[in-house]
Amino acid sequence: MNADWEAVIGLEIHVQLATQSKIFSAAANQFGAPPNSLACPVDLGLPGVLPVLNEAAVRMAVKFGLAIGAEVCERSGFDRKNYFYPDLPKGYQISQLAAPIVGPGRLEVPLDDGAAIDVRIVRAHLEEDAGKSIHDAYAGQTGVDLNRAGTPLLEVVSAPDLHTPEQASACFRQLHSLVRYLGICDGDLSQGSMRCDANVSVRPQGQEALGERTEIKNINSFRFVEKAIRFEIDRQTDRLEAGLPVLRETRLYDAAKDETRPMRGKEFSDDYRYFPDPDLLPVVIDEAFIEAVRTELPELPGARRRRFREEFGLSDYDASWLTREPEVADYFEAATGADGSDAKRIANWVMGELTAKLHRGGLSIDASPVTAGALGRLTARINDQTLSSKTAKIVFDTLWAGAADVDEIIKAQGLRQMQDSAELTALIKDIVAGHPQQAEQFRAGRDKLLGFFVGRVMKATGGKANPRRVNELLKEALGKQE
Amino acid sequence: MGSTSCQGWSNRPMTLFSSLRQLADALGRGDCTSLELTAAALDRARRLDEALNCFITLDEERAMAAAKAADRRLQGGSAGPLTGIPLAHKDLFCIEGWLTTCASKMLATFTAPYTATAIARLQSAGSVTLGKLNMDEFAMGSSTETSHFGPTANPWALQRTPGGSSGGSAACVAAGITAAATGTDTGGSIRQPASFCGVTGLKPTYGRVSRYGMIAFASSLDQGGVFARDVEDAALLLSVMAGFDPRDSTSSTHRDPWLESVPESGVGRLASGSLTIGLADEFFSEINEGEQRIDEARRALEALGIRCRGVSLPHIRAAMPAYYVIAGAEASTNLSRYDGVRFGHRCEQPASLTDLYERSRSEGFGAEVKRRILTGTYALSAGYFDAYYLKAQKIRRLVAGDFAAAFGEVDLLLAPTTPGTAFRRGQLTDNPTAMYQQDVCTIPVNLAGLPSISLPCGPHEGLPVGVQLIARHFDERRLLQAGAAFQQATNWHEARPPLEGAP
Repeated sequence: MNADWEAVIGLEIHVQLATQSKIFSAAANQFGAPPNSLACPVDLGLPGVLPVLNEAAVRMAVKFGLAIGAEVCERSGFDRKNYFYPDLPKGYQISQLAAPIVGPGRLEVPLDDGAAIDVRIVRAHLEEDAGKSIHDAYAGQTGVDLNRAGTPLLEVVSAPDLHTPEQASACFRQLHSLVRYLGICDGDLSQGSMRCDANVSVRPQGQEALGERTEIKNINSFRFVEKAIRFEIDRQTDRLEAGLPVLRETRLYDAAKDETRPMRGKEFSDDYRYFPDPDLLPVVIDEAFIEAVRTELPELPGARRRRFREEFGLSDYDASWLTREPEVADYFEAATGADGSDAKRIANWVMGELTAKLHRGGLSIDASPVTAGALGRLTARINDQTLSSKTAKIVFDTLWAGAADVDEIIKAQGLRQMQDSAELTALIKDIVAGHPQQAEQFRAGRDKLLGFFVGRVMKATGGKANPRRVNELLKEALGKQE
Repeated sequence: MGSTSCQGWSNRPMTLFSSLRQLADALGRGDCTSLELTAAALDRARRLDEALNCFITLDEERAMAAAKAADRRLQGGSAGPLTGIPLAHKDLFCIEGWLTTCASKMLATFTAPYTATAIARLQSAGSVTLGKLNMDEFAMGSSTETSHFGPTANPWALQRTPGGSSGGSAACVAAGITAAATGTDTGGSIRQPASFCGVTGLKPTYGRVSRYGMIAFASSLDQGGVFARDVEDAALLLSVMAGFDPRDSTSSTHRDPWLESVPESGVGRLASGSLTIGLADEFFSEINEGEQRIDEARRALEALGIRCRGVSLPHIRAAMPAYYVIAGAEASTNLSRYDGVRFGHRCEQPASLTDLYERSRSEGFGAEVKRRILTGTYALSAGYFDAYYLKAQKIRRLVAGDFAAAFGEVDLLLAPTTPGTAFRRGQLTDNPTAMYQQDVCTIPVNLAGLPSISLPCGPHEGLPVGVQLIARHFDERRLLQAGAAFQQATNWHEARPPLEGAP
């Protein structure tokens, strides 16, 4: 982006809470069931039904509040947000406007360069999700699936503390990481478990006052957050530079065209006529409840990242990468428990080969055929020079294919490196003797020919020789004078 | 089964003027069966309903099936306090499998897939559901004239209204079709028609009876209650309907051992010597007709040893405008779900989503409902919210404060239920504010969420007059004991309308 301008970005992230039942009804809170099979009379907004708050949703919101160091409001309340839409059964959404359950807090967001920024969280409030309108399934008609209606949402609102698309994406990612750690959301972006709205404005560098902002709605991936915001910043900057105003509006990101465009005016309303929902009592949370939830808090991503850095000597980047997903961090830590294992090597395997293979196989790390213990032992065998990087890869592939024990694989496939054995010395002697011409040329200064001899040795040993050792022994055998 | 005496029942429909306790005794003794009682009620309903129009739905098949089941329960010795007794319910209580219309074209074909908690409790106590009763559309009105299914007549004078919104319930009980009926009271919708029709009408404390399955008008004011022959019957029904419901967050967890003992012991004796009743000028200044009857009622209570004294409720003059803002605001969003998308009236051939909304709602709602939705929407709109909604809430707190202060000095309040007796049909339909004025003495009670009962206290020019008693939150005990004591000392509640077929 143009250096004369500064972008100001705030995020509103909707987190679907992983409760058993919906926020105001006893219907199951699940994704993927046949349309309208998980909508009870309350979710359908039938005449005469009433909402009853699910305590599990409150507990999860409080957990989130404690995790960002926010004040949990002793007394919060629900309001009705009124608008008409076919997937909103009651004609209003029950939300929290005046008194949100979670007050101001902070989120530490690690960036890719190892630095971290502090993002203020203004508030987080509970609300119910709407159903889904399906516009493309029936010609000229819209289908409505109310399974999602009443899914508990925690809407997290950040302050406009972000200034680049990368920061915004990192913030979304960190929030994703946090709610996964807390176990309050499954974090499955493809199923809409987290959705991000971005408020974006642009102002001249150094200017205090904010420019007019637009809101980009419903972005559902880390990458799209980055791309949508980048597009929007460029669009606004172009307008401002051309002397055109930025209009305050709501826009949608079209991933296929990589652009944002204004939502049609009728899809949202200006006056939601918020007022306290008379069907629900205020939510009163006492100190004992808060303390009980506090005891359930796990080690949070930030703390774990710092610990990984210090305990395992990892770089900022590696520590942050490995602690992003709780399952990955757990796997890593479990692997370091193996005797003689090497944390740095484990980190490289996890971030490289293992992740690539899991990704190709569409597997989560929990389902990895290579167990954490096996990977730890594998690194131990590299460290004690039993395995070379080449043979280690063979062991890893064998583990991936279903074998369980590293040492048994080494034994069964005869992968142990030849170290100082007389066999290796004798073999080298024979090979040097068998190629007098090359040996002569090497001695005469054709250094490149060392590779020729290494190749012969490796071929003869089936790759089991330790290459460093082979180098040393060859140089001795060839009697090269320095 | 004593078939001879049962035969006698069917031949004397006037016995449906008996109390619930009398009917339960007769059923228990085997003097009659539920089938006979139910058939008699159905017969009377059919004969009278042409003139009264108090039923929206009468379902002989279901009623007789329920009566049959009740008779088996009676024979099997597992009868509840209401087993076999036919009751009718205001048509805003959802009952599974029953048409539940709210007297609106919007829901004219809506069959409820579940049963309201209050009705489910009455049914588990053994009662037989005879039918669903007419009312003002969505309970908005004071005359049962806004019903999509036509107005209900007052059994005391067919050209007059039975009051509203629960006019069908009041007329049904007054006409001796059922011994009791359910109703709801948001601003007076039980007490005013009870007063107009000369029956006992009880509005419990807000939160006493679950609102689950009761189609909402104004959520913070709506409360289910009953129409009955007398206070003892009203108390019996309340004891069955009341109690915390996990499906209604605003239902109270307050437990009341006295109320639970009512089916066995009745309401019990009033400790009248220690009781003080307050009278507020602010109520009495509203009376146009029947003042003498209210005064006599006061004297009857004094004769029981109850002391009466004046109290002041200075803010209730502002109660009515505050009520219409709050009730309208809540109704405007409670009724948003009637959008033609999932159930209820849908316009023909909608051209667009907006067209679907606009025409479905324009066609489905009547004029009074539209008036309330519009005023309520206005009151909640940006720029008006503070001046209307918030101000109304402040008035509501002041009104509640007035009552609280009065109840620091007295145990009950006595007031007229309505400014006058039943008015003629059509008399106020073109004058909404005069219609709203009908509820001037009942609305403040709803704003404060208090329990209240309207008792018949004698005729004025041939039409019933009602007197209202009001108690502290959850003090239905004193309220009903005082009401029962009054009915022991007087017999106004036994008066019957001069209907054809009734001696």
